[in-house]
Amino acid sequence: MINSSSETILEISDLHASVEDQSILKGVNLRINAGEIHAVMGRNGSGKSTLSKVLAGHPSYKVNKGKVVFLGKDLLSLEPEERSRIGVFLGFQYPVEIPGVSNLEFLRVATNSRRKQLGEEELDTFAFEDLVRSRIKLVQMDPAFLERSVNEGFSGGEKKRNEILQMALLEPVLSILDETDSGLDIDALRIVAAGVNELAKPENAILLITHYQRLLSEITPDFVHVMSSGKIVRTGGCELALELERLGYEWLEEELSSTKQS
Amino acid sequence: MSGLKKNLALLSRVELRMISPSVNWINSLPAPEGLLESFQLRGRQSLQLAGLPASSDEDWRFSDLERIKLLFKLPLASRASKFSGFSEQQLPPSSSSDTVRFVVRPGMDSQSLPKGFSYISSNELNRFLGNAIDHSAANDDWSVALNNACAGRVLALRVNGTDLPSLEMVLDNAAGELAATRIVLVLEPKTHLDLQHIVLGNSDSSHSHLLEIYLGKEASLNHGWLALGGGDATCVADLVIQQDLRSEYALTSVQAGWTLSRLHQHVVQLNGFAKTILRGLQCTKAHEEITTNSTVRFDGPEGCLEQLNKAVAIDSSHSIFMGNIDVPRVAQRTNASQLSRNLLLSNKARVDTKPQLTIVADDVKCSHGATVTQLQEEELFYMQSRGIGSIDATQLLLKGYCQDIIKYLQFNDDRSNIIDQLIGRL
Repeated sequence: MINSSSETILEISDLHASVEDQSILKGVNLRINAGEIHAVMGRNGSGKSTLSKVLAGHPSYKVNKGKVVFLGKDLLSLEPEERSRIGVFLGFQYPVEIPGVSNLEFLRVATNSRRKQLGEEELDTFAFEDLVRSRIKLVQMDPAFLERSVNEGFSGGEKKRNEILQMALLEPVLSILDETDSGLDIDALRIVAAGVNELAKPENAILLITHYQRLLSEITPDFVHVMSSGKIVRTGGCELALELERLGYEWLEEELSSTKQS
Repeated sequence: MSGLKKNLALLSRVELRMISPSVNWINSLPAPEGLLESFQLRGRQSLQLAGLPASSDEDWRFSDLERIKLLFKLPLASRASKFSGFSEQQLPPSSSSDTVRFVVRPGMDSQSLPKGFSYISSNELNRFLGNAIDHSAANDDWSVALNNACAGRVLALRVNGTDLPSLEMVLDNAAGELAATRIVLVLEPKTHLDLQHIVLGNSDSSHSHLLEIYLGKEASLNHGWLALGGGDATCVADLVIQQDLRSEYALTSVQAGWTLSRLHQHVVQLNGFAKTILRGLQCTKAHEEITTNSTVRFDGPEGCLEQLNKAVAIDSSHSIFMGNIDVPRVAQRTNASQLSRNLLLSNKARVDTKPQLTIVADDVKCSHGATVTQLQEEELFYMQSRGIGSIDATQLLLKGYCQDIIKYLQFNDDRSNIIDQLIGRL
């Protein structure tokens, strides 16, 4: 889906960030254009999830240096809700359970805040129900889950489907999917991946964060990046993910270390 | 404790206290008379001997005792008082058209009753009146003594059957007065009833309410207590419940808006194999103080208790929960859980919570716990990451927190209004 004349959606320059005074991101550079699917891989603790949280504006993470430009706007100066409204979506690795808050009501309020930003008419309860029932088919989710509290008592797979349903409703420009494959069985993974593929369009972009190649067998990325110690240390195509799957991260780190020494 | 010993104990307590500021007020009460005469005498004697509650009383140790004096500034409401006369518009709509509604006030007239409901005659009432209180810890309650001293009449109902209309009781009050009301409710064996209590408080008014409930074998009662105050209104209420074999009592209480509100729940499962569910929500703001004080005693085996009490406290308000579960030796195989969950949303607000278990039986499953937290940062961020601003996200989260309890109230069409009222206040 790469198009050399595509608009740049996201540009990250020399991003440094920390949490609780511990430095995690140490100079991330990444550019994502419209129509592209990027995958970020890496060991546990390499900084992948931190990158996603920083982009979404989690208050626990502090940006120490660097710049993030999203559709020409300084993303880091915006509140989390403002980032969402202009089209940044984070699919959580561990979606939060919110007892007592109706999933349907939550989805409606969220969808309307995005529609308002886009200058579209807000949907009342009835109009929204029509919309959500059409989108829910994309992830083959039981409509009964709309009546329940947000993610409460959902299985791992149901939570991830609910995340992709939100993505389908919010129609983001950039979707950051943090380990969407974790906790999914093969069938659920295929359903979720099919939903993501359906939502990938020439005018938007997707950033997949994952440990494993298995997600990338279902969603083919245009670029694969490997993170280590808070930086992107290698970028390649799909073949890089296959090589990592075969040889492990140790291979890459040894190679990088020998390159440094020479 | 015998009556004499009790009086001596009260006298010794009196020596340690200042003279009760309530003496003049007690003397201003109408002369004891009628069916409740003996209770009035006993209550007034107790109040005179005991004076006001002291911070050394365990039940009152977290409370601002100055607020009790507000009660004694007000004259007692009577039949001649100008009651607020709540209009249908002011009250939440009934849970269904098939509802019997009582507006309960001192000196109320009796009304016609549908099939399954009947008034208990004076002669028969002696079997019940005070019986549940004598068999529970309520006997020593200061608030029971207050009601005994003040209440002039009692509304006593017997309910028998299933598929009955639900019952709504609106506690009415008069501005600038203390309304003392007392109810006895007897559910015959295998009877099922939905009961909603609505307590509305106007500024400068007080409620003292005492409710005795007798649940026969295999009877079940779904009880809602919605107490919404305003201004300087105060409310002190005791619910005393006696459950027979295999009966089920489920209470959902919601309290908000009172300068002082104390809801005491005393449950005794007489012969075991019964189930009690206690759900509570108390929302405080400004300088309000709301207390839930519950005691559940299992006097037989295989009883069950599920209790969840929630609180939200903001501004300089104060929320108190005290819960006692009493499991004597006879109560083998009791299964009881008690949880107090509290949201403390301001630096100046205060939450005191004291869940307590007393277990003598050796084959039981009992748990209790308490949490005092702020809104979860991860929940807030999750909502914000979906474009929901922090104020709206906070409101949605609070709504969800309260909804967990409010959803059990029976006001089907108006539940969302009740939540909006509560959240709007916060």
